[in-house]
Amino acid sequence: MITLTHYLVLSGILFSIGIVGVLRRKNLLMLFFSTEILLNAVNIGFAAVSKYYGDLSGQIFSFFIIAIAASEVAVGLGLLVLWYKRSGTIDLDSLQMMKG
Amino acid sequence: MEKYLFVALFAPLVGSLFSLLFTAQKKNVITALVTSALLLLSFVSSLSLMYAVFNGMIIHVKMMDWISAGNLNVPFGFMVDNVSVVMMVTVTLVSSIVNIYSMGYMMHDKGYNRFFTYISAFVFSMLILVMSDNFVGLFIGWEGVGLCSYLLIGFWYEKDTATWAGNEAFIMNRVADLGMLLGLFLIYWQFGSFEYDVVFAQVGGINPAVVTTIGLLLFIGAMGKSAQFPFHTWLADAMEGPTPVSALIHAATMVTAGVYLIIRASALFSLVPEVGHIIAALGAFVAVFAASMALVNRDLKKIIAYSTLSQLGYMFVAAGLGAYWIALFHLMTHAFFKSLLFLGAGNIMHAMDDELDIKKMGGLFNAMPYTAILMAVASVALCGIYPFAGYFSKDLILAAAFNGGNYYIWIALFIGAGMTAFYSFRLIMMVFFGDKVYKKLGFHPHETYPFVLWTLLPLGVLSTIAGFFEHPFEEFTTKLLGKYDFGMSHATEVGLQFLTLAFVILVVLGTIYKYGRGGFSKQIETMPLYILLKNQYFIPKIYEVMIFKPYYVLSRFAWKQIDVRIIDFTVDLIAKILYLLGQRSRKMQSGNLSDMLRWMVVGIVVLLALAIFYRPGM
Repeated sequence: MITLTHYLVLSGILFSIGIVGVLRRKNLLMLFFSTEILLNAVNIGFAAVSKYYGDLSGQIFSFFIIAIAASEVAVGLGLLVLWYKRSGTIDLDSLQMMKG
Repeated sequence: MEKYLFVALFAPLVGSLFSLLFTAQKKNVITALVTSALLLLSFVSSLSLMYAVFNGMIIHVKMMDWISAGNLNVPFGFMVDNVSVVMMVTVTLVSSIVNIYSMGYMMHDKGYNRFFTYISAFVFSMLILVMSDNFVGLFIGWEGVGLCSYLLIGFWYEKDTATWAGNEAFIMNRVADLGMLLGLFLIYWQFGSFEYDVVFAQVGGINPAVVTTIGLLLFIGAMGKSAQFPFHTWLADAMEGPTPVSALIHAATMVTAGVYLIIRASALFSLVPEVGHIIAALGAFVAVFAASMALVNRDLKKIIAYSTLSQLGYMFVAAGLGAYWIALFHLMTHAFFKSLLFLGAGNIMHAMDDELDIKKMGGLFNAMPYTAILMAVASVALCGIYPFAGYFSKDLILAAAFNGGNYYIWIALFIGAGMTAFYSFRLIMMVFFGDKVYKKLGFHPHETYPFVLWTLLPLGVLSTIAGFFEHPFEEFTTKLLGKYDFGMSHATEVGLQFLTLAFVILVVLGTIYKYGRGGFSKQIETMPLYILLKNQYFIPKIYEVMIFKPYYVLSRFAWKQIDVRIIDFTVDLIAKILYLLGQRSRKMQSGNLSDMLRWMVVGIVVLLALAIFYRPGM
C-alpha cells in the first residue's frame, strides 16, 4: 500500500537531489536539470496532497508549475546557447562579471 | 473701535514685511517712507483708541484661539485699557519719530532697508507685549522685542564688538527670562489660566507664599529686560548699536517693559508688599549705582545709557512702593526726554564722525546750536527742574518714597537726583561749551539735516510740557491701577519739592561753574573712587572671571571629554561596526552564480527553520 508518506518522502528525496545538484554542479546545463528536478519534486508533493485531501487546487497548481518550468527552460536554453556562442563555454565560473 | 486696534497693531508688521522685500537690494528710500507712514498710522490709531478709552471704553478682542491643548487654552486676545493705551501711544509716538529721524541718520548706511525692517518688527513685537490680554502673549512679545534688540545691537555685524554686545544682551535676557518663564508656569499651575482677568480675579484666594514666589520670579524677568542689577551690564554694551536704536529700544520702550510688567501685574504685586519692598530697594540701589558710573564715563552714549539705568531704578521704586500710576507717568516722560537725549547724541556723533569721547568735543554750541538747545531741554527735564517733565514725575517718586516711610530709599533717590544733575550738565558743558578741542583733532562738525531737527521738535515740546498732564494722567490711569494715597501734609510735600529742586539747581549751577572754568584737574583720575567708577565697579571684570572663565572651562571640558570621548565615540563606533560588517560581507557578492545559489539555499533553510520552530505567541 502506497500512502501519502511515501509520496512525500519521494518528493523530499527528489528535492534534496535537486538542491545538491544546484549547489555542486558547475555546468549550466546541469543546473537547469537540477532546477527541473526541484520543480517536479514540488509537483509530486502538490499532487499527492491534493489527492489526499480531495482538493483539486493542488493539481491545478502543479499544472501552472509545469507550464512555468517549460517556459523557463525555453528562455534559459536560449540564453545558454547565446552565451555558448560568445564565450565557448557553459561553465558557471566563467559568468563573473558582477563581482562586488 | 476694533478696527483701530487691528490697524494700530498690524500696521508696523505690514511695514516690516514690506521693507523685508528690499533687504537684499540697494538703499531704497521707499522702505523708510512706507514704514514711517505705517508707524504714524499706528500712532494715530493709538491716539483714537486713547480717546475711546478716555471716554470709558475698554476694548477687548479675542482674535482667535491660539493654543488649545488639553486644559490649556490660550486665545490670541488683545486688550486696550487705561494702562496699555498709554504704552501704545508712547511706543508708537517715539518709534515714529525715531523712524523718521533714522532716514537722516542712516542715510549713507548700506543696511538702510534692513534697518527699517527691524525697527518696524520691533514696534510690532512691543505692541504685542503691551496689548496682549494674557501672559503668554506678553511673553511672546517679550521675546520678540528681545530678538529685535539683538538684531539691532548687532546691526553692524562686521564689528566684533557689536556682535559681542548683541550676544551679551540676548544671553543675559535669556537667563532672566528663565525666571519669568518659571513664574508663568507657576501662574498656570495655580490659576489654570494665563488671562489677566482670570488670574487677577483669583489672586486674592491663593496662598501668599505662592504669590510671593510668582512675584519674585516675574520680577527676575523684569530685571533682565530692564537691565537692573545684576543684569545691568548688557545695556551699556548695547550702545554698540546705531543711535536711533538706543533711543527707541534701550531708552524709551523695550527696557521699560519690565516696569510695564510690574504695573500690569499690579493686582498681584499689591498683595505682596514684601516683594514690592525688594523691588523698591533694588530700584533705589540701581538709581544711585548707575548714576555713579555715569559721573566719570567719557563715552557720550554710555553716560546716557547709565542715566537710563538709573531712571529705570526710579520707576521700579515707584512700582515697588505701589505707586503704579507714578511709575507709568515717569515711564512716559522718561521716554520723551531720554529718546530726545539719545537722538541729540546721534546728531553729535554724525557731526563728529562717530567719535564718542566727550573729552574730544567741547564748544560745539556754535556748530550745532539747535541740537544743543534740544539736548539742554532734555537734560533739564532729566534733572527734574521746574517746569520740565522730569520735575513732576521724579518729584512724585521721591514723595512716594518719603511717604512710605522708607527714608533710606528717599535718601538714595535724593542723592541720585543730585548725581543726575551733575552728569547731565557735565555732558552738556563738556560737549557744547569750553575749549574747542575738536578743532585741534581736525573734525569739522556741522548741524544735521533740517527735517531731522524738525522731527525732534515734538519730543522737545513734550519734554517741556508733559509734566502738566499730571492730574489728567492720574485720573486716567487710576481708574484701573488703584489710587496711591499720599498721607503727608501739604506743607511737607511742598517742603520736599523745594528741597529737591533747590538741591538739583545747586548741583547744576555748581557743575556749570566748575566746568565753565575748565573742569576738574587731572589728579582726580588717580583717585581710587574714580578708578572704581571708571571701571564700572569692576563688575564686568568680575563677571568675566567668575562666570565667563569657569563657564569656558566647563564648556571646554564638556567638549573635549564628554562630547568627543563619549558621544562622538559612540556614534563613530556604530558607524565603524557597520563599515566592518560591510567589509566582511562584501565577499558574498563574488558574482559567481554558484555562490549566490548557495546563499539562496542558506536563506531558504533559515526561513524554513523560522517557519517551523518560531511560533509567535507560544
